[in-house]
Amino acid sequence: MFRLLGNDAPEFVEIELDAQRVSVPAGISLAAALLLLDALPTRRTPVGAGPRAPFCMMGACYECLVEIDGRVNQRACQVLISAGMRVRRQLASAVPEAEA
Amino acid sequence: MKAHYPLVIIGAGPAGMAAAQTAAAQGVEVALFDDQPRPGGQIYRNLEASPLADPAQLGKDYVFGRLPIQRFRQSGAAYFPGSAVWYLDRECNLGILHDGVHRRLSADRLVIACGAQERPMPFPGWQLPGVMTAGAGQILLKSAALVPDEPPVLAGSGPLLLLLARQYLRAGVGIRAIIDTTPAGRLWPALRYLPRALAAGDYLLEGLQMVAAIRRARVPWYRQASDLRADGDERLAGLRFRTRGGLHEIETRLLLLHQGVIPALQAASAAGCDSEWNPRQQCWQVAVDCWGESSQNGIFVAGDGATIGGARAAALAGQLAGLQVAWQLGLLSQTRRDRLASPVRKARQRQLSLRPFLDSYYRLDEAALQPDDATLLCRCEEVSAAQIRAVAQLGCSGPNQARAFTRCGMGPCQGRFCGPGVEWILARQQTVGVDRIGHYNSRPPLQPVTLGQLAISEGEQR
Amino acid sequence: MNRQFINDYDSLIVGGGLVGAAIATGLAGSGRRVAIFDGGDRDFRASRGNFGLVWVQGKGADYAPYARWSGIAARAWPAFAQSLLEATRVDVGLQQTGGLDFCLDETEWDARDSEMRRVQAHTDGEFEFQMLDNAELREWIPQVSERVLGACFSPRDGHVNPLYLLRALHQRLCDLGADYFPSRPVLSTTPDGGGFRVDTATDRYTAGQVVFCAGLANQRLARDVEMDIPVRPLRGQLLITERVPSFLPCASVQVRQTREGTLQIGDSHEDAGFDESTTLDVITQLAARAVRIFPHLEAVRLQRAWGALRVMTPDGLPVYQQSSRYPGAFAVSCHSGVTLAALHAGAVAEWIDGSRMHPLIADFSATRFDVSATRQRRA
Repeated sequence: MFRLLGNDAPEFVEIELDAQRVSVPAGISLAAALLLLDALPTRRTPVGAGPRAPFCMMGACYECLVEIDGRVNQRACQVLISAGMRVRRQLASAVPEAEA
Repeated sequence: MKAHYPLVIIGAGPAGMAAAQTAAAQGVEVALFDDQPRPGGQIYRNLEASPLADPAQLGKDYVFGRLPIQRFRQSGAAYFPGSAVWYLDRECNLGILHDGVHRRLSADRLVIACGAQERPMPFPGWQLPGVMTAGAGQILLKSAALVPDEPPVLAGSGPLLLLLARQYLRAGVGIRAIIDTTPAGRLWPALRYLPRALAAGDYLLEGLQMVAAIRRARVPWYRQASDLRADGDERLAGLRFRTRGGLHEIETRLLLLHQGVIPALQAASAAGCDSEWNPRQQCWQVAVDCWGESSQNGIFVAGDGATIGGARAAALAGQLAGLQVAWQLGLLSQTRRDRLASPVRKARQRQLSLRPFLDSYYRLDEAALQPDDATLLCRCEEVSAAQIRAVAQLGCSGPNQARAFTRCGMGPCQGRFCGPGVEWILARQQTVGVDRIGHYNSRPPLQPVTLGQLAISEGEQR
Repeated sequence: MNRQFINDYDSLIVGGGLVGAAIATGLAGSGRRVAIFDGGDRDFRASRGNFGLVWVQGKGADYAPYARWSGIAARAWPAFAQSLLEATRVDVGLQQTGGLDFCLDETEWDARDSEMRRVQAHTDGEFEFQMLDNAELREWIPQVSERVLGACFSPRDGHVNPLYLLRALHQRLCDLGADYFPSRPVLSTTPDGGGFRVDTATDRYTAGQVVFCAGLANQRLARDVEMDIPVRPLRGQLLITERVPSFLPCASVQVRQTREGTLQIGDSHEDAGFDESTTLDVITQLAARAVRIFPHLEAVRLQRAWGALRVMTPDGLPVYQQSSRYPGAFAVSCHSGVTLAALHAGAVAEWIDGSRMHPLIADFSATRFDVSATRQRRA
């Protein structure tokens, strides 16, 4: 859906997305990286399991919620890429029951 | 970070930066908090550290921000980026999340400069992956040098839509189509505001140049479009819409929407500032006096967060607020304050003289603002427009009652994207203007904060 | 001013919150023509600040009739919820699996224990409770902190979604043909030849009955018919969080998990006058207490904090008052609009209707305040 503009290749770093290693530009937001990777949908809604992806990119819509390093519901557009971050898209269809 | 500052400013856009600089120049001790890592707000986003080889390709209004940012950096104001203000009240107590730590703060004076948000443009399918706002397109361009890899469809109405089209064309990105929802017959009534608008500067000329560039690129431009419907299963596949010529269907995987900007009222509202309906701009704004002071003593709202006027007018409003705060804190005499304010006021009036023309030309058709029943009006809690209409039939007293009955507006975005739609529905149902309907009340937290972050600070208080 | 005169009703209900709406459904359901006048969207609306508990434990520790009244109310809830579901298709989310009140120290433990024993005595053992120590608690709810001393558990307690309850009541009213007037506050009431004239800003209504259920406005409004209904505001602040994986099998005073999965955390009791605002102090205190009880909640995000004004009578107990001078006028004031909802729709409506007066209703007359004032004067 999106590509990088320009010929100068920015610096790339490795992060983990859904337990796979991927290469993304350093210094951009995680939401931008997910769009660049076309990793859509980035979450499913808790009520109707509808597919969603970043919408406003300015922290207002809360559509871009992902799990980062074990913490859920973080706005990907407000977090910058850092090497080694472990990202999981929240694709489970409902809020999971707690483990017994 | 201290526990108290004479002046706290929220927001590092044009208004916030100007208020900080002006107040600091008069000797006020200022602290400015902004949730982004660098100053500039949305308009000058990433200007300090642009990933683009040539930031000037985004237009001269963008690079104009270099000087205000520089001046702000040199102003002596204490600047705290990466700081989210999640709580504020009318006594100017603040709760701030800085580096993941919650801190309390108090101030003698507050300038809220949180800017605007895009006016929500709900229609069936707008929640699909692949539908985004034009503002999002600009943020991706400015902050990550990302552009669409296939020609996108742009839909809506307003200068920002055309600006984005122009920026994409300059960057070598084709535009699949512009679906222009500007209603018919807007030019003629707007013309009476044209002479005044010309006094604002060469905005209109630039506007014409944008239009010319889009025409030269032979971008298909559908006018007076309505009844938008986004289709797709797991993601956007296409857009259907209507024009006078009939029904259309366009395949696309990326749709960028824009329907104007409206003040982001949440912070001002939470602080108890009265709002008022702006009938010309068809949106809620904050009621402020000629210095930007709200109905709450000591709390100012400056820039697009008070009333939509654009970046230059915002900066000038910030200056006025800064001057008034300095006078109120006893650091500036009334005579000198008025002398400094006079040219600022004139300049601001000049900038605002563009608005009547724009507001008239891009005036929304209120009938078209009624969301289709099938629209997922509340994206967060997945409440449809039909469900809102059903409770409106029960006799809802207003948007807050509608929210209580349906969960619409109770999700993480706290009504930022569903509020206007609910107001239009209730207004139509009660056959009154939106001014009589009101809007959602705003409550903390204005930004996410965890129970643990609050608990730790509570532990420290003891 | 040109007022429209309207006399199409038998009963005029002033206030469309949980109390007014419940009573109105009872009256409309028995065939009366009912009009309900409600305030505006931004008025003080205690119903929007209700925690949603269906609560028996502790109620009436110092007043036997209230202990019995609450017990009856809780027992009536399942059938009430079912009837609302069948009539309106709104599921108010009743979960009556018991309720907990966490005790963080010995003082709280002793206070709860003593309170419950008194309630038990007042209800001849009908009321059941159990003081659970930390080990027993954690066997049931593993997420409870080791630092919690214990909790008081009562099996008949539970919770509902108070907003859906209000919505269901309004839906019922609509279906029963009652007329609901939002944003049409009553300005004054005038007794008139056995009936009443009620004035709003634009119209005048006449009916044989008027029932004041207007929360904090009851004191002012009821004076028009020579009733003295002393009520004052007591602020409560509440927090609501984002959705969390399900872990709480029952309601508690401090934290309850809604059907949606969000957590409601409460609440405060503040003398703040007519001020609904939230405060930093209370928000952080409530958050700290929730984390103290359930440490795993430290990463959970606060989604909204708000305050509302409870309608408090001098002893905190309900008032069911009929005007002695003008028998068609009634006033109902309480802060337990959820727990007592079934009774408001049932027994209280029947009392107002004239068909039956439940023996306990007389124990909640407002004249009890005069008596205590007299006692004080004599002392």
